[in-house]
Amino acid sequence: MKLIINGKAEQLPEGMSAAQLIEHLDLTNERLAMEVNREIVPRSSFESHILAADDQIEIVRAIGGG
Amino acid sequence: MSTVMKPTTPTSADPLMIDGVAYHSRLLVGTGKYKDMDETRLAVEASGAEIVTVAIRRTNIGQNAGEPSLLDVLPPDRYTYLPNTAGCYSEADAVRTCRLARELLDGHNLVKLEVLGDEKTLFPDITQTLSAAETLIQDGFKVMVYTNDDPIVARRFEELGCVAVMPLAAPIGSGLGIRNPYNIRTIVENASVPILVDAGVGCASDAAIAMELGCDGVLMNTAIAGAKDPVLMAAAMKKAIEAGRESYLAGRIPRKRFASASSPVDGTFF
Repeated sequence: MKLIINGKAEQLPEGMSAAQLIEHLDLTNERLAMEVNREIVPRSSFESHILAADDQIEIVRAIGGG
Repeated sequence: MSTVMKPTTPTSADPLMIDGVAYHSRLLVGTGKYKDMDETRLAVEASGAEIVTVAIRRTNIGQNAGEPSLLDVLPPDRYTYLPNTAGCYSEADAVRTCRLARELLDGHNLVKLEVLGDEKTLFPDITQTLSAAETLIQDGFKVMVYTNDDPIVARRFEELGCVAVMPLAAPIGSGLGIRNPYNIRTIVENASVPILVDAGVGCASDAAIAMELGCDGVLMNTAIAGAKDPVLMAAAMKKAIEAGRESYLAGRIPRKRFASASSPVDGTFF
């Protein structure tokens, strides 16, 4: 299925959970927050949240800024 | 003979209170524009700041391996993170950013709200900022708001329930210093929440002037990060904030047009 992750299209297996996506992206130990279709998915729900084709996903972190 | 007076340092006797939390440092610093994470850490340490602002941005997918993160060099158990909404030009983007920040920082709800109106000046869009502040406060956020140096607007933000109001001294990153000291003074006099100058400071004397006007603190980024020696400037800013605060508390002498001698006139023998 196609997912849009941080603005870029990626092909990923059907039925992937948010937790599996994070693992796939090698972000397991990163402090991050995720939105799927503009709704925040809490980290506590990553395991149970199953992604669907064409989901728009944003994964954000804290960086230097004023 | 006489008892030795223990100096009362602002750090012990005079905390900055934001939403019921006491901070020893009245200098808040941004973490952007540094050469690398090492310089960021050294400058923040030299500044003595306890509250640091951060931006919320997309994670670089596939480019993270081994890259040190801000949270590693400035551990959140040691610093109070103040996520900002920099780069937001609408209420919707600012609110979305704050909600992501809260999730990212495990429910931490203190945020720096800024909704910009114009790329050239980075002046705030006040109508958008007001409505964003209202939405965020209703959603449980503690809002420290970047605004212009308008006393009427500053009062509106306080009435809305912002925990701190942060007027600009001059445009963000401009280093022009306090362009409208009388307005800053008026904002301070009207307020019962902390007033922090946010943006526009260029050098240590600017920071001291903000504190002498009665501001509760100063938030700055570029003045430190953009200095030739950011770590040294951070140390200078720390001293300027402390000196300015003490000067304000001590109460300056009135300005007079003519001289008044410091040495007694009586007892001269010539």
